[in-house]
Amino acid sequence: MNSTPLGKRSVSSTPLLSRIRESRLFWPLAALAVILIFDAIFIPSFFRIGVQDGHLYGNLIDVLNNGAPLMLVAIGMTMVIATGGVDLSVGAVIAISAAMGAVLINPALGDRLVTNDILTKDATNTPLGVIVLVTLLAGTLCGLWNGLLVSRARIQPMVATLILMVAGRGIAQLITNGQIITIYYTPYFWFGNGFILGLPVSIYIVATVFAIAWWVTRKTPIGLFVESVGINPKATYYTGISEQNIKLLAYTFCGFCSAIAGLILSSYVHSADGNNNGLNYELDAILAVVMGGTLMSGGRFSLLGSVIGALVIWTFTLSMYTLGVPDKALLAGRAVLVLLVILLYSDQSRRLLNRLLDRKGAHHGAAD
Amino acid sequence: MADDQILVAMRGITKSFPGVAALEGIDFCLRKGEVHALMGENGAGKSTLIKILTGVEQPDSGVIELEGKAVQVRSPQHSQELGISTVYQEINLCTNLSVAENIMLGHEPRRFGAIHWKKMNSLASQALQRLGIDIDVTQPLGSYSVAIQQMVAIARALEILSAKVLILDEPTSSLDMHETTMLFNVMRRLKGEGIGIIFITHFLDQVYQIADQATVLRNGKLVGTFAIASLSRIELVALMLGRNVTELHAMSRARAETEHQEERATVAEASGLGLKGSLEPIDLKLHAGEVVGVAGLLGSGRTELAQLIFGITTPDSGSLLINDQKVERFSPREALRRGIALCPEDRKAEGIVGELSIRENIILALQARYGWFKVLNAQKQYEIAEKYIRLLGIRTPSADQLVKNLSGGNQQKVILARWMVTQPQVLILDEPTRGIDVGAKVEIQRLVLDLVKEGMAIIFISSELEEVLRISDRILVLRDRKKVAEYPGDVSDQTIMQTMAGEL
Repeated sequence: MNSTPLGKRSVSSTPLLSRIRESRLFWPLAALAVILIFDAIFIPSFFRIGVQDGHLYGNLIDVLNNGAPLMLVAIGMTMVIATGGVDLSVGAVIAISAAMGAVLINPALGDRLVTNDILTKDATNTPLGVIVLVTLLAGTLCGLWNGLLVSRARIQPMVATLILMVAGRGIAQLITNGQIITIYYTPYFWFGNGFILGLPVSIYIVATVFAIAWWVTRKTPIGLFVESVGINPKATYYTGISEQNIKLLAYTFCGFCSAIAGLILSSYVHSADGNNNGLNYELDAILAVVMGGTLMSGGRFSLLGSVIGALVIWTFTLSMYTLGVPDKALLAGRAVLVLLVILLYSDQSRRLLNRLLDRKGAHHGAAD
Repeated sequence: MADDQILVAMRGITKSFPGVAALEGIDFCLRKGEVHALMGENGAGKSTLIKILTGVEQPDSGVIELEGKAVQVRSPQHSQELGISTVYQEINLCTNLSVAENIMLGHEPRRFGAIHWKKMNSLASQALQRLGIDIDVTQPLGSYSVAIQQMVAIARALEILSAKVLILDEPTSSLDMHETTMLFNVMRRLKGEGIGIIFITHFLDQVYQIADQATVLRNGKLVGTFAIASLSRIELVALMLGRNVTELHAMSRARAETEHQEERATVAEASGLGLKGSLEPIDLKLHAGEVVGVAGLLGSGRTELAQLIFGITTPDSGSLLINDQKVERFSPREALRRGIALCPEDRKAEGIVGELSIRENIILALQARYGWFKVLNAQKQYEIAEKYIRLLGIRTPSADQLVKNLSGGNQQKVILARWMVTQPQVLILDEPTRGIDVGAKVEIQRLVLDLVKEGMAIIFISSELEEVLRISDRILVLRDRKKVAEYPGDVSDQTIMQTMAGEL
């Protein structure tokens, strides 16, 4: 894209179109549009939004609500990838924080039979504020650990976070004593199932985290430092910027985002399962970030792009569900999505597409 | 060519990379039993020539003859088959395998299909004994010193690859005196056997100890091939730097010497500052408003000095005072806080952040000093960037242009601007004019003089002696990682070259 000469752009008959095409958000938005158009043709019911008990419901709302954890993780992952790293442990961190929350609500439930007593009372051993705080802290500490391994111990990001990716599920099992803990504490369900002004609570959480991340990276120099570290860590260090602390911050923030995702997920499904909470989230999050226009090699990043990327993944998933595609086939369907995205993003196909579009433009010009 | 003593003849070798002519019509000739030094400063074309000889690069034109037959060296592997072996500065052997395995790798003697270990070990011992080395070949290579590892590499080259031409690329840079002597003994032995050795080093002393011939390259052109015995050190240095020894006379210094040194405040004082293996303890006083030039050949410790003062490396001896305050922690961040700035030698790897815009590159250091939360708003950023783009004459359509799209000279100006914005007290310029065109060079030199007038203290490191002489108030000469002399700015370049060469 950078190879497009400046002169050409000014000569082009449709500067707006080409500017849109060169925008970082063009591709994720285009992907989203393609899926929505598909839905509009084949599953018109997908767009139906109803009102029930003053809450909005429908597939589109589900996309937002179900996609919220992935959007959060993608925001954190964007920061890590922008520094030139990657965090494979986000799924495990989700499991750890979910387990933490569930255990705080009732540490003994894993071993005990569920009695009517528990079901009728809103069973918790810990006040809600403490639960949320400790859950978030657990995930944040996981992120800090990753950050220390990468920035201080100088372990390659993929290897460093692989450690927690593997160990994290074990830790989550240890916390829940190997059981799937079911949660019976109603106030806790609010995060994953509650509504504010007709919209799911999770959406407000995503919006808040996004706003904070956007403000921190665009209104303070931290965003610039992150990009600089991702592009040329050595030169950044030579400029007097603590490249180590920037990386530490990015991984810690990613852990924090994963912790919120864990909170929402366990709240949504009313349980904590060390083995399955946040399974494959690392892969989806990386895909969302890459779709959003942030390069795996680090540098320039787009938080909004990553959020749209996460929306693409969930719109696709829910569309497939609505079409009645079975779970197993869904994975294959996703593989096709990944393949398409990678092909679309390769330099070669972009060049091809640009050439095609330019030629079309030229034809139009000749016809006029 | 009737001379059957000639092992390798390279004639009219030309190679250009996009935009740069790396080599232009180089002739090079290596005889049997000769140690031939290849000399030249950074970017002279030494490594390109070696890459062509070893098949890493293909020449655009020119011929290579091996023992009188024209050959085309297709790949590094092919060059080994032709009998040309290279021993690099960084040994490329497997340190976790035994010495014998390293020597015999790929050519293990076999018995009944399995490796004949006994025979392999004895063959390996023999190969080393040929070099006069007697060690236990069953030990892992990593348990021996770098010097022995080099010997193993040489033994492999001779025994297994039956090399006739041996290229030693900076072999002594990590050896101590004793080990160097050992290597030279081996080289003499090989000479006696008729092996031709191409010796690349930046230690002048060693050239005079071991080499018979020297071929000097400069800026991709052949300066000439000389017999070492009939070439004085000063002549060799002059050839490498491209100066004519006879016409050495003081050139007009653009700097008007108005102030006296005694009146100026001392900004930085290093006493006994050194790091083992990098730079021997050095004393240096820097005053406000002066340029201290640093002269020395490649590898003399120029960059090491800059890195010590800026805190890239931490000294293990001596102390550094900045404004009479002792520096306790060495890091670029600390340097930035104390008002020390460094424009590093390797502009691409250590200087610019290519994918960021000019504006972002310029404000980067200032923003680093402000920290994570003190915000420099966009308007202010543009003001600063545009001011320095104008001031330094950075040629760009806008402040939002990506730095990677600028020319070398303009990139250098961006890095200069980055540091000028922070208003440092001490500015270290490591090869600020390397690889940029003449016009930009002069602009940068002028800029340096302007900064000095404003009271900045500048350390100016350059391999171009002329440049150092023109703008320095004092000149520090380094040789073999040691400070060997300090001269006033009006010293003749004859004296400096002699000092660099070790004749004074």
